[in-house]
Amino acid sequence: MNYELSHLKTLEAESIHVFREVAAEFERPVLLFSGGKDSIVMLHLATKAFWPARMPFPLMHIDTGHNFAEVYEYRDRRVSELGLKLVVASVQESIDSGRVVEQTGPGASRNQLQTTTLLDALGEHGFDAAFGGARRDEERARAKERFYSFRDDFGQWDPKNQRPELWNLYNGRHHRGEHIRIFPLSNWTELDIWQYIGVEDIDVPSIYYAHEREVIARDGMWLAVTDFIAVADHELVETRQVRFRTVGDATCTGAVESGASTVSAIIDEVSATRITERGATRADDRASEAAMEDRKREGYF
Amino acid sequence: MEMMRFATAGSVDDGKSTLIGRLLFDSKSIFEDQLDAVADVSDRMGLDEPNLALLTDGLRAEREQGITIDVAYRYFATPKRKFIIADTPGHVQYTRNMVTGASTADLAIILIDARKGVLEQSRRHSFIASLLRIPHLVVAVNKMDLVDYSEERFDQIVEEFGHFASKLEITDLTFIPISALKGDNVVERSEKTPWYAGASLLHHLETVHIASDRNLIDARLPVQYVIRPHSEEFHDYRGYAGSIAGGVLKPGDDVVVLPSGFTSKIARIDTPEGPVSEAFAPMSVTVTLTDEIDISRGDMICRPHNQPASSQDIEAMVCWLSEGTSLVPGNKVGIKHTTRSARALVKDIQYRLDVNTLHRDSAAHSLSLNEIGRVTLRTTQPLFFDEYRRNRETGSFILIDEATNNTLGAGMIIGTPQ
Repeated sequence: MNYELSHLKTLEAESIHVFREVAAEFERPVLLFSGGKDSIVMLHLATKAFWPARMPFPLMHIDTGHNFAEVYEYRDRRVSELGLKLVVASVQESIDSGRVVEQTGPGASRNQLQTTTLLDALGEHGFDAAFGGARRDEERARAKERFYSFRDDFGQWDPKNQRPELWNLYNGRHHRGEHIRIFPLSNWTELDIWQYIGVEDIDVPSIYYAHEREVIARDGMWLAVTDFIAVADHELVETRQVRFRTVGDATCTGAVESGASTVSAIIDEVSATRITERGATRADDRASEAAMEDRKREGYF
Repeated sequence: MEMMRFATAGSVDDGKSTLIGRLLFDSKSIFEDQLDAVADVSDRMGLDEPNLALLTDGLRAEREQGITIDVAYRYFATPKRKFIIADTPGHVQYTRNMVTGASTADLAIILIDARKGVLEQSRRHSFIASLLRIPHLVVAVNKMDLVDYSEERFDQIVEEFGHFASKLEITDLTFIPISALKGDNVVERSEKTPWYAGASLLHHLETVHIASDRNLIDARLPVQYVIRPHSEEFHDYRGYAGSIAGGVLKPGDDVVVLPSGFTSKIARIDTPEGPVSEAFAPMSVTVTLTDEIDISRGDMICRPHNQPASSQDIEAMVCWLSEGTSLVPGNKVGIKHTTRSARALVKDIQYRLDVNTLHRDSAAHSLSLNEIGRVTLRTTQPLFFDEYRRNRETGSFILIDEATNNTLGAGMIIGTPQ
């Protein structure tokens, strides 16, 4: 007998360990679900961790109202297939109630507004642990994240004052009002995610695969033409064969030109690409050198 | 494809960032937008060349101060293995970071500048690697280009290091002459060192045997979570979920459950893909037993004739990780060991260890940040443990401040006090 585990099985075991640990030690965990590939893999792992029982926590979607139709459809279908409870926290409602102010202008996005909606919803429901699909390979600030990321009463992250994390012993203790963000996919890379989607035959929204779409070139990215963005007079609308590498708010998630229409074609593409997924597709990270760190300090995903 | 975790220790000067940069670059794991960003910032900082440390030093404060505050994790893969690098800063005040990064590492790379030889920090890093029982240690003698690829110089360092290492418990020690900057012996073997018969660093990382480093002898399953579906289909299902912390479990095995001492047999080992015929570390599994016995989180499933120690009195090496507090006899702290949480009273500090000289100071009365010492604890409940040197999973614990909830210290169990 050969006692070797593949890298995907090792990563899977590590993530499942974290899910079970949180379910055992926290009062009210919630899994943040966006319909993006990382949260889909996270949901898949959570389902495995508690089989044959149902996972013992609900899902929550922080909905900017500006998501792709394919993603909403996927979210609702998956939730009903698994018989899970879904909490939708709406950025539109945060705007309507005056908690946040909608941005205006050509680069307007609701991406940053999500932080308030997220923190309000965590407080309202009394969630003390929130699973997020962030990976350390995504971005430099995230490379410094722990599996258990402590947040104070204001939901803030203090990167200089993080709890050391040793072996597989996680310290989830917190006072009332504080919470912990949990990142079970910390050690997964974009390539691992796709390999796992392939091996486990996981269904993902169709926009991850190559398709024809009307796009405009903006900020060096292909932005999908949707009701949520204003096309300026000088911007040319063209139809291109694209796919999405990340799925977020439609106003700041760019598409990449691609002919990859199967998981294995995507794996080949991801293996060969020379640009990071966030660099290629996320306007929100381009705002400044430390855009992600700044948003994370305030309580972003 | 297997996964390997390794830690790198060292400071900016000894070429650690250059080495990591080269491993990432040569394995095509650095992306153009990342390189562009690094070049941009380096330029603004007035540097002549892009500083690859900026790839990992992601926080604003790190870039402003040119220091590494925290462990950074980097990822790369070759066709043979997926690698996770825990990149730990090397200064003395960062002992806690190295301990953190080393706790899960299969291998550690210690960089030595060929011109400077074995420094105090090389000794400190090697000691921490041996204390944390990292199974494989690589001493990369770097900047060989600056000593004309001298075999004599390399041999001197090997001898000097070997002399020091003989005082440590290191199971597998490999020396490799490299130039991270020029790429010698990093990915390919270099023509400049014809006298060196060993493998390149990357080849060593890809091929060193790690599967048997895990404990495959002492079967241990700390119960993490009890799965009770309450569904029609699985009405009477009672599964004990957890990560295997040692040994191999098979259906039909006789088992004993601690602390109750009840015995039973393994009925099935379940995974969502169906039952498996055996399970070993670090698999996360769900076990069902043939008898209905009361088992809850924190219990330990093991074999009747191979049980861990069970005691409330524990002796351990403790590394203090907390700023502004210290460990003194009489302290009461929270302790987390496997899936068990309890409280612990610090009974005694036997000695504090100087991580540079290995001198034992038995007059020490406290341990503060980055200090390591041999400590005796009394816990409110028995812990089921093995010696850390035999099992890293069942031999380790963390100490937690019951008022602030901060993680205070990391412990490696030696045994029960004599």
